[in-house]
Amino acid sequence: MMENGFSSPRNDTFPAGLRVLVVDDDPTWLKILEKMLKKCSYEVTTCGLARDALCLLREKKDGYDIVISDVNMPDMDGFKLLEHVGLEMDLPVIMMSVDGETSRVMKGVQHGACDYLLKPIRMKELRNIWQHVFRKRIHEVRDIESLEGFESIQMPRYGSDQSDDGYLFTGEDPTMRKRKDCESKYDERDCGDPSSSKKARVVWSVDLHQKFVKAVNQIGFDKVGPKRILDLMNVPWLTRENVASHLQKYRLYLSRLQKENELKTSAGGIKHTDSSKDSAGGFGLQNSMNSHHNDVSNGSYGFSGGNSFVQNLNPKSLDCEKKEIVSVPITETKRALTVDIPNPRKVRSSQIGFESSFAPLGGSQVDFTAFASTTIPTRYSWSDVPEVQFRHESKSTQLEDGFSQLPPSRSQHHIQADHIKPVPSISFSSSTADRSNHANHATSTESAIDPLPVQTKNHVTNHQAFDPLSTTALSLKNQGFNLSCISDLESTQRNISSGIETLLPSLDEDIKFCWLQGDYLAMNLGLQDFPEYYDPGIVSEVPIHLYDALRHDYDNPCDPTEYSLIEQGLFIV
Amino acid sequence: MDRNHPQHQVLHMRRSLFDQGYIDKEQFIQLEELQDDANPNFAEEIVTLFYTDSARLIQNIEQILVNRPIDFARLDDILHQFKGSSSSIGAKKVKEACTQLREYCSAENAEGCMRTLQLVKQEYAVLKRKLETYFQMVRQVG
Repeated sequence: MMENGFSSPRNDTFPAGLRVLVVDDDPTWLKILEKMLKKCSYEVTTCGLARDALCLLREKKDGYDIVISDVNMPDMDGFKLLEHVGLEMDLPVIMMSVDGETSRVMKGVQHGACDYLLKPIRMKELRNIWQHVFRKRIHEVRDIESLEGFESIQMPRYGSDQSDDGYLFTGEDPTMRKRKDCESKYDERDCGDPSSSKKARVVWSVDLHQKFVKAVNQIGFDKVGPKRILDLMNVPWLTRENVASHLQKYRLYLSRLQKENELKTSAGGIKHTDSSKDSAGGFGLQNSMNSHHNDVSNGSYGFSGGNSFVQNLNPKSLDCEKKEIVSVPITETKRALTVDIPNPRKVRSSQIGFESSFAPLGGSQVDFTAFASTTIPTRYSWSDVPEVQFRHESKSTQLEDGFSQLPPSRSQHHIQADHIKPVPSISFSSSTADRSNHANHATSTESAIDPLPVQTKNHVTNHQAFDPLSTTALSLKNQGFNLSCISDLESTQRNISSGIETLLPSLDEDIKFCWLQGDYLAMNLGLQDFPEYYDPGIVSEVPIHLYDALRHDYDNPCDPTEYSLIEQGLFIV
Repeated sequence: MDRNHPQHQVLHMRRSLFDQGYIDKEQFIQLEELQDDANPNFAEEIVTLFYTDSARLIQNIEQILVNRPIDFARLDDILHQFKGSSSSIGAKKVKEACTQLREYCSAENAEGCMRTLQLVKQEYAVLKRKLETYFQMVRQVG
């Protein structure tokens, strides 16, 4: 069974493999629900006690996608469990009861339940629970993106059709907060006024988020943990739980970026230029990742066809983290992308390490190791794109391309869940190039993201845009990869369906990663300093624009305190 | 088909369980639909679980009603569980009896509770008998 993330409707693998935790003290119902969920092709874990459920959830953060719990549990009130789960794990929770009294239902919703099912529960109700997971993910991405200052521009081409894929975001004011249907990420209050409630939800303002990211970068993505982040952030009213939950979302977001990147690279034609060139006009996928070029300018990260290949951008040499924006103009929409992808199974603990000037904050570096199988060389041949060969080196700079598992033939339209392997982790560390991050973040294969087979249907169209391979953003795979396969897959799916292409324009003091997805969904990473990038009208010009920017700007150091690689936004065009 | 043909008997019995309101048809069919190679007798397994659970719940109720003062709050909880359990196999009459009992419980009517408990036990016993017979027949038919 495929464990796909959110695939487009065309892909019917999702939501198979959704990981559900069912909590009910009624053994009869527990068994029935388990059976029903299994019939829906979900992965089920059952629990007879609320505290057992919490244990399981805590043990395996990101081990579940959704929780279904009865309201009446002997050891703990179901609503309490609901709160805990929402706070600590931030998972969607569905409540169940034989009692359908409005007040109870209302209470459930107030406590954050995504849904409230009445027993006897029908199978069809369970089939639909994936919507809650999906919805939440989209919102999470949006939240983080808006925090990251991205602005998304909706691709006109796809229109509403894309929304199924969950990846089109309409242009919105980054500061706009959206209320989710089941949980509001943002309270009315500004700073997480603790007095409020049981929810204790924190408003993650842009500032707060930046503090967060900065802390993460400082600590080193591979070593990051809520407590350390919290300490560094030095925000008195913020709790560890708040940070944990935010971190989780952030990781998901990053993994999604990565997927998009992979997707994009595999989907789009990537023009590879010699990355070591400073001004590579285009984007080169550097073959040897290890080298750290001082001229960050090169920073071209290219993930080609599913090989998230990150070029080592001048890592330490830069005194300030600079964001490289690499854009790879693609003259042609990718079409037949043939990639020889190494066996995904060989993927190591997928880590994508980028060492580059991409903004390690505070001197730390973002290491992107392409998660890939150890064999990196992947050949991608696009009809119009020169073949690029990535050599995977074992230095820190290498990208282990977890995504390099693109199926050779582009005709593969679905993501094979089983190929999704470890997600690359981004480690920010000040170590030098020789660090191979994989070791640290070896994530279990489960979290690996494999190169997703590109789903060509969408993307292949005529993208005039280039495919900058900027895997930097992508590679921001969380260390530790708690990302579940599903989430990876989901993002992968989304990406695939939308065909993301990333652009990494480099701007003065700003790094923008533009991910053009399929039809140029590009998320603008980086700061609002360059409003022009947000201009939807610019889409068609972006490549050139970015291209130029790339050419000229890579030497610009960026203010390390402000930008980190991770802060690249996704520019959805 | 011969009326006495076992398969026919099975169908007949099943139908009467539904028609006579012992078992909710939709729920029961759903249980049957969950049967597959992994669980070829899923419906029966569930029903068996139901027996065990019900027996336990009934015992708890009895214990509560024996004690003085009667812990109506706890009784209500148990009845809530019992209702949930009954809904799992669609045990309609048992569930209705539970609801009645629950009403007496909210009214804190000990007498009413005790009387209605008997009703619950009775309905449960009848249902259990019928289901046991039914599944026996099902097994015989193969």
